[in-house]
Parts: sequence; structure tokens; C-alpha cells
Amino acid sequence: MDPSVTNTVAAQPAVELHDVARHFGRFAALRGITADFACGRLHVLLGENGAGKSTLLRVMAGLLAATRGTVRVLGAGVQREVATRFGYMGHAPLLYDELSAMENLEYFAALYGIHDDARCAEAIRMVGLDPALERRVGQYSQGMRQRISLARAIVHQPELLFLDEPFSNVDVGSARQMTTLLADMRDAGTTIFVVTHQAALMESVADECMVLEAGRMVAREKGIPSRMLSPYAMEARR
Amino acid sequence: MSAAPTLWNITRRSLAKDLRLEWRSKDAINSMLFFALLVVVIFSFGFDPTAEESRRIAGGLLWVAVLFATVVALNQTWTRELRNQVLDAYRLSPAPPQALFLSKTIGNFLFVAILEVLMVPLFVVFYNLRSVGPVWQLLVVAALATWALVVNGTFFAALSIRTRSREIMLPLILFPISIPALLAMVDATTSILTGDNSPFFWMRLLAVYDVVFTAVSLLLFEPVLNAE
Repeated sequence: MDPSVTNTVAAQPAVELHDVARHFGRFAALRGITADFACGRLHVLLGENGAGKSTLLRVMAGLLAATRGTVRVLGAGVQREVATRFGYMGHAPLLYDELSAMENLEYFAALYGIHDDARCAEAIRMVGLDPALERRVGQYSQGMRQRISLARAIVHQPELLFLDEPFSNVDVGSARQMTTLLADMRDAGTTIFVVTHQAALMESVADECMVLEAGRMVAREKGIPSRMLSPYAMEARR
Repeated sequence: MSAAPTLWNITRRSLAKDLRLEWRSKDAINSMLFFALLVVVIFSFGFDPTAEESRRIAGGLLWVAVLFATVVALNQTWTRELRNQVLDAYRLSPAPPQALFLSKTIGNFLFVAILEVLMVPLFVVFYNLRSVGPVWQLLVVAALATWALVVNGTFFAALSIRTRSREIMLPLILFPISIPALLAMVDATTSILTGDNSPFFWMRLLAVYDVVFTAVSLLLFEPVLNAE
């Protein structure tokens, strides 16, 4: 790991990882990652396919247990204790195809004890869609599904957000709109983790980036250095 | 408006969501009805019983048909949650896992009850059935037996969702463990239809089975939901 990498954080870190490893059978997806991540920052995770980015995000969200090491999220060792305080957007949209966007959000908001249709409508508007749209999510384009998925992740106004490939299949205009939304949320104090292959989209808003390679964190830098912006940047590192 | 997600609230919301999904997709009810109808018709061609014989075999035929049709619905129950990995969204939320189990079980109970309401008249017609015992007892047996099938089935369907051949796994796990319940529901139904014996022993057995399996399923559902 680059010696210039900074691991110091002020006050309570949003996420603390100590020697975190995750194995799938004999395959090691994560190999002893130790890092603290500050609150109120936008952290970008970069790396090739199979580097362990999504696995790390799922371990941090509590969807996967670490095979070794400890994970503390918002000060808690068990993510369920702080479930109301973080949101997660995965590769898959985590939405019911047969329901409309509003119906989906009403249901998922209810899981957090929120019974406020106005807040669901606001979350849909924030991602640039119309809450009055009656079409079922299954009939949406892939990009619209991604945006509704983001709305689902933020409907309970979390203070920590894990986003796995939020811009995949999203057109450039909408992706920029989503980036602005994320920057606004970060400015309002939300800690955000973004896994992406589209580093250029995050260039202007990222506070720091981490590069994963074969399950190890091999670099951690402020912002996103220009050498990492190319889609082939990871390959060029070799 | 924000309030802690309670067991009852989430059960109610999840049940409403499942009923809405089923209303729109008709995945479970269509396949159950079609399957059950096939079983009734094929059995009626396979046997040509007298009225007395009908009363003796109808209980067995009815519950075997319902059991097979229930498995079809049970496989649909969790498949819906795996599509788009929606189950992960539930696992991440603070909602009680037991609420998801209860909503699925109540939903399946309703689907199977609808199936029974539609199937029983067919049985009466095809097998020329007349019950010697009181019909209200049949209703009680139907309710207890249906709960026994779905509470077990919903739990074991959840247990097998991450297995590769879950459509095969579910009956392999479910059928052996349902044998005591199946025995009780068939004997209770036959006792009522023929009027030969009192059905109360079998009804009590079904009630105990329901209570035990509901309690055990509720206790064990959280690790099943969070299994990787």
C-alpha cells in the first residue's frame, strides 16, 4: 500500500475495518483489509472486476459476514443495531417488478417504520423521476430502475450510504444528476461509499478513493488522481 | 410519520404487498388451480367408487391433491423474493424477520384456502360425496390442516431457496415431516365423512402440530433468513 495513504480520521469513523477477510470456499475475495473511513465524506472504491469491491461493500452492510477480522459500522459491531442509519444499493435493484415505484417505496419505507407517502414521493423526485408514474418497475428501463433503487436506499434518510455500481446502465445526463445528488447529500453530512468503474463521474465530488486488487487495498488517495480516471486505469497500474 | 416497525405492522404491510403481487401476476394461484384440477380429474378417471367408497377415500385424495398443489405455491413464495434480490432489502432493514415469515404463511394459507373452496365442489360432484358427520367439523379440520401444510411448507421453502434444485428439495424435506399432519388430516376428514369414528383425537393432534411447528418456525426463521 502507498505510504502516503492517510488513514487518520477525526472523531468516530463511519466504518472501521480491522484485518477483514472474506473467503468463498478456497477463494479469498478479501485478504486482511484494515482501514477507517471518516464520517461525512464520499469514498470511492475502484478496482477491476473480481477485485473484491462489491464483497467489501456487502461485508460493510452486513449482508455477508467476514470470515476473519472485525467490522464496525457507525460504532456498532452488529450492523442490524444501526439498520435504520444506513442504506444500501446493490447490483440488483432490490425492487419488486410488479409494483410501481411509489408502491415499492411505500413498502420499503414501512420496513423502517416510515408511513409517510410525501417522503417516498420526495425520494423519487430527488432521483429525477415522477412519483405519479403508474407503470410497474418491471417495465422501466434499466437506468430508471437504478434511479428508483437509489430512491429506495435513501428513503429513510440514512447517515451512511453504500452504493454498488449506481451508474451502470444510466445515461450520462442522469448519472450527472445522481452525482450532484450524492454531493449534496455528502455536504449535508451523509457518509457515502460508491463502488464504480466510472471514476470520471465521481472526479469532482469524491473526497478519497481506494483501489482494491485481488482482495487487498493497494492504494488510498485524496480525491481521484487523474491517472485513475481512464477506464483502463487499473490495467495501466501494472 | 415515523414509528418503530412492529411485528404486526410489518406483517400486515408484507401480506398486503404479497396479495397485490399475486393479484397482478397470478403466479401461485393459477399453477395451483391447474395442478389441483388435473389431480381431481385424473383420480376420478382412475377410480370409479360407490358413494360409500367415496367417503372412505375422498379424505386421502383431497389432502394429497392439496399437498401437491401447495408445494407449487410454496415454490413461488420465495422465488418472488429472490428476483432482483429483494430479500436483501428486507435483511438490511430493521423489520422483524418473523413478520416476513408470518406474512408469507398467512398469504399461503389464503391461497390454499381459496384453492380448497374451489376444489371441494369438484370433489363433491366427481365423487358424489355426502358427509355423514357435521360439516362444521370439516371446516375446522380444513383450517387446521391447511395451516399445518403452509406453516411447515413456508419454513422449508425458505430453507431451500438458496439450494440449486429447490423445486426438488422442498418436497424431499417437506413430505416426510408432514406425514403426522397428513395422517391426522386424512383420518379426521374420513371420520367426519363416514361418521364411523370421532375425529376429535385427530383434530387435537393437528392443533398440537400447528402450535409446535408455528413456534419452532418463528424461533428458527431469523438464522434461515440471514443464511448466506
